[in-house]
Amino acid sequence: MSHSQATDKMMVELRNLNKWYGEFHVLKNINLEVKQGEKIVICGPSGSGKSTMIRCINHLEEHQKGDIIVNDIPLNEDIKNIEAIRKEVGMVFQHFNLFPHLTVLENCVLAPIWVKKMPRKEAEAQAMELLERVKIPDQALKYPGQLSGGQQQRVAIARSLCMNPDVMLFDEPTSALDPEMIKEVLDVMIELATEGMTMLCVTHEMGFAKTVADRVIFMDGGQIVEENEPHEFFNNPQHERTQLFLSQILQH
Amino acid sequence: MTWEWGVIWQYLPRLMDGAWLTMELVLVSGLIGITMAIPLSLMRASSLPWVKVFPFIYIYFFRGTPLLVQIFLVYYGASQFDAVRDSILWPILKQPYWCAIIAFSLNTAAYSAELFRSAIQAIPVGEIEAAEAMGMSKSVQVQRIILPRAFGIALPAYGNEVILMLKGSALASTITLLDLTGMARTIIARTYTPLEMFLAAGMVYLAISAVIIGLFRFMEYRFNRYQYYHHTDTPKNLDPLLRDPHIDQK
Repeated sequence: MSHSQATDKMMVELRNLNKWYGEFHVLKNINLEVKQGEKIVICGPSGSGKSTMIRCINHLEEHQKGDIIVNDIPLNEDIKNIEAIRKEVGMVFQHFNLFPHLTVLENCVLAPIWVKKMPRKEAEAQAMELLERVKIPDQALKYPGQLSGGQQQRVAIARSLCMNPDVMLFDEPTSALDPEMIKEVLDVMIELATEGMTMLCVTHEMGFAKTVADRVIFMDGGQIVEENEPHEFFNNPQHERTQLFLSQILQH
Repeated sequence: MTWEWGVIWQYLPRLMDGAWLTMELVLVSGLIGITMAIPLSLMRASSLPWVKVFPFIYIYFFRGTPLLVQIFLVYYGASQFDAVRDSILWPILKQPYWCAIIAFSLNTAAYSAELFRSAIQAIPVGEIEAAEAMGMSKSVQVQRIILPRAFGIALPAYGNEVILMLKGSALASTITLLDLTGMARTIIARTYTPLEMFLAAGMVYLAISAVIIGLFRFMEYRFNRYQYYHHTDTPKNLDPLLRDPHIDQK
């Protein structure tokens, strides 16, 4: 069991979060507190609102009711607050979403240069360091289209880390990958976790959840159904819906 | 009938004068048109109704009426207004050359704006989300992601638009300009060799098209080069312009 690195500092706070798509109530009274250094794994059936929930945290989705506070900054209509939060929150997507017209290196230096006003030399040096950390410095001058899925996702992680985020959001980072490439991405994520990054991961990689998560959250129908530390969550799920879900995904 | 090669050779220099004017019209109005098209397309791609209504009406008007009518409206129409004749713009508006430039620019701006609009909307949403998630402001997104991406996507279709413009420029001859078509007609009026002259003019149009096609091929390769690289290409094989000496030292 991993030793928790959580501190007392509150990093992400969702209070009574509600969201509707038209008539459809996607998120119902979500309450979640994530402390600095905590790693949260969020799972649940498709359509349960898990991606929508983490996408609300950096305002890729707009919520209608409730409060979101990231590192003491309230997420509201103020564009300054939204941009401030986005600078502190990194995100990794299911489909990588690299910029195909830019080289790997350019992908990594773009935001530091244009958002953080970092000098190019410094941004490139930092990008190379991070590309080394995700073990693909030799691909720096290639275009994303020349890389494998696993490599692209590692670039996406490096690109996100170039902004020195305090929190990382992972939205099904391995779901679009071939089985043999999943490991290389998870290895990078595990390394990141051991370094103390605050992480919220939507994933069905239960092995990953067991190794790094401080808490596993199970969502269904737009609600948090169950929340527990991984050992309890997997061995002793309380709710019938959680038991059913776990039996479905763990039976093979 | 007799075929007069001699006439073609004799008048070829004059025909080339016309060809230069044709190319000048296409180039100048193309540059003005694309400059107008970029902001128009961004407005058109907006989700705000009051922002996209102006470009919508503009594009609707210029795509929905014949280019010839637009040329006549500028050339004959503008002079009907005393305000125009008294304005400081009159020295420009009374010249057929500038009337043609104005009509062509407005026309191609409308078509190009629609092209760029569709290209902007063809950019995968995920790329924009990634830019947003990194805290990029809208203006940085436009400059660094949206416009470069849209330009690459629109390039093949925009090449098509330029070729259409080249052929549309023949209408300049209807307002007394001696472009390639105008020159051919003037020569024919003097020599009565329509077949030879129109064939020669057609050949020159083909040659100009060939240059435009080649130019766009080249630009496509430059701007969309990321699509041409194979995953086995090593950085050493990549374009030297892309290489950063700072990185090479590592």
